[in-house]
Amino acid sequence: MSIEFDPGLIDYAQRPPRLPQPVDPNNDDLPIALETRLELYESQLTLRQFEKRAYDLFLQNLVKGTSHLSLGMEAIAAGFGKAMRRDDYSFATYRGHAHTLARGVPLGPVLAELLGRANGLLEGKGGSMHLTSVEHGMMGSYAIIGAHLTIANGAAWSAQLRGTEQVSVCFFGDGTTNIGAFHEALNLAAVWDLPVVFVCENNLYMEYTPIDLITAVENPAADRASAYGLEPIIVDGNDADAVYVVATEVIDRARRGLGPALVEATTYREQGHSRADPGKYRPVEEVAAWKARDPIPLYHQRLLRLGVPEQDLTTIQQAVAGRVDEATEFAKSGAAPALELAMKDVWADGSAVWRN
Amino acid sequence: MAELSYRDAVARGIAQEMRRDPSLVMLGEDIAAAGGVFKTTVGLLDEFGPLRVRDTPISEQAILGAAMGAAMTGVPVIAEIMFSDFLAVCFDILANQMAKTRYMTAGQVTVPVVVRTANGGGSRFGAQHSQSVENWTMMIPGLKVVAPSNPVDVVGLMAAAVRDPDPVVFFEHKSLMARKAEIPEGELVDRLGTARVVRPGRDCTIVAVALMVERALQAADELAGDGIEAEVIDVRSLVPLDARTILDSVVKTGRLYTVEENPRLCGWGAEIASIAADEVFWDLDGPVVRIATPHIPLPAADALEDETIPSVARIYETIRRTADQ
Ligand SMILES: Cc1ncc(C[n+]2csc(CCOP(=O)(O)OP(=O)(O)O)c2C)c(N)n1
Ligand SMILES: [Mg+2]
Repeated sequence: MSIEFDPGLIDYAQRPPRLPQPVDPNNDDLPIALETRLELYESQLTLRQFEKRAYDLFLQNLVKGTSHLSLGMEAIAAGFGKAMRRDDYSFATYRGHAHTLARGVPLGPVLAELLGRANGLLEGKGGSMHLTSVEHGMMGSYAIIGAHLTIANGAAWSAQLRGTEQVSVCFFGDGTTNIGAFHEALNLAAVWDLPVVFVCENNLYMEYTPIDLITAVENPAADRASAYGLEPIIVDGNDADAVYVVATEVIDRARRGLGPALVEATTYREQGHSRADPGKYRPVEEVAAWKARDPIPLYHQRLLRLGVPEQDLTTIQQAVAGRVDEATEFAKSGAAPALELAMKDVWADGSAVWRN
Repeated sequence: MAELSYRDAVARGIAQEMRRDPSLVMLGEDIAAAGGVFKTTVGLLDEFGPLRVRDTPISEQAILGAAMGAAMTGVPVIAEIMFSDFLAVCFDILANQMAKTRYMTAGQVTVPVVVRTANGGGSRFGAQHSQSVENWTMMIPGLKVVAPSNPVDVVGLMAAAVRDPDPVVFFEHKSLMARKAEIPEGELVDRLGTARVVRPGRDCTIVAVALMVERALQAADELAGDGIEAEVIDVRSLVPLDARTILDSVVKTGRLYTVEENPRLCGWGAEIASIAADEVFWDLDGPVVRIATPHIPLPAADALEDETIPSVARIYETIRRTADQ
């Protein structure tokens, strides 16, 4: 007796491609002020140009360690970022550059953190995977799958107890829906009616494995929603307007005390999982189709259709490029962190002392 | 002065702090309506209401995650993990998240959480409900660790743990729950990082925590009958560690014994032995001796459990045999 292997399972790149749905043409008509749309455009461009610069700096060996880019996924961060109130909380994963910038955290310190410099957002002690800026409501980037869903609940619980009407928004990947903490967090959020919004960025792959091969249901987040009494919500994660509308709705509901939401935003990462990964496990045709569905040209075309002059968009692009250049100068000019920093901030008294 | 049991002292310490700080909340499995599996939280729901004392699902990660998220956004939390063995189920939140976030964010995030948990053997519960796991937590930079041995310390150290801005793991010993002591009236606030000499002596130093403290004291009484005056130190707080009190004693006595309920490998006493070897080696009159549970999962049968966890007899005999070598 011999066991036959399906070669498609050995080389994932040979599997049939999972192609994007076409853009919903009605999204041009979504009720979003033009001013907001221009902000969404600028936000997406900022995330894109920042991460492209970060990638260039890897290639120059100035970014050490690992880094996870969300090129191609910017519409989600931009849409939610715009829909959040200034004092709402964001929780992100190691793939958190975009979510950090989308809360208005300045580019320079974020880039400097990637370079491991003293002028970095975390003084060089966190690195790319732990970007945090409490003053911007960016409550952290968490690098171990699942944990931050439970922590986002805690921030929502605290908002509920303090009566502040803040909402906690937690971003994570499709792969994260298969860890226990996801299920613990959703159940608790539901039974405690927490003002928390869980956002699954379904980019079709966990690390190097297609999500459909390792998940019992087709839609990794939405098909689990009913288990927690929640509505299944799937949104085009490559269309900032669609994301913004859904985000506004679920955040508003949570703010009004109507409980948590679970949103699955369909998207694709245009590059590998992390810096080390060329992403060869994906069908060529699939990558090409999703690149053709890149959120930024889509948005650019929409703004032109809505009557925004090309020149205005060029002006925005140039302004963003200028800010990214400035951030690069700022980051490169940073010194290495002082060695004393290694022994600081273990404890709240600022020290690392554990004995007398 | 009222006489309170160790388990009542837990509720007393928590109540004292919840009255002082109206923002302090607690959560855990069966802690509210049922008053806790070990009856350590009886009366708290009645006094503080269901918003501040909350029953949770069996979701240890969700419990500690909620505690951390609330604490880092301005609401201090006491979280209960029913048995310390279950810390393994939520160790990521404890060891990787709560403990490290302050450091990784260059001090932006503060996590005032107390994780209370029932620890230790003697109940014949077997290998998954009897462990002494202080060492699991003390090896993690960013966690403070206390293990009180008596009701008065329970109240005072609970207050200190709650008032400490860092995450503190608070081990309540299952076999001490019924022990009683007179507790002074009024507010009790102790200090983390302070050991206590509970019996002065000149011939050897015995360090112990939690259940092992009373066994060390009983052994010391027996040793006194043989003319050996042991100094017994209740370490109380493993992190921060009051190494000074221990080392001062060793300099005086020249002998150091640790009495540890944890399995021997990498038990808390190993660190203390190493500190003594580094810093007071020339004051030692003999090898440091560790009296610990062997490196085994704990057996359930009473005869076997009693044989493996350090007993008064084993402490006495070990010291008797080695003290004048
Ligand atoms: C508990 C845990 N297991 C494994 C990993 C290693 N790991 C890092 S990212 C990742 C894939 C996560 O996939 P997904 O949730 O889809 O997020 P994406 O990277 O696609 O944004 C894995 C397995 C981890 N960080 N934590
Ligand atoms: Mg993914």
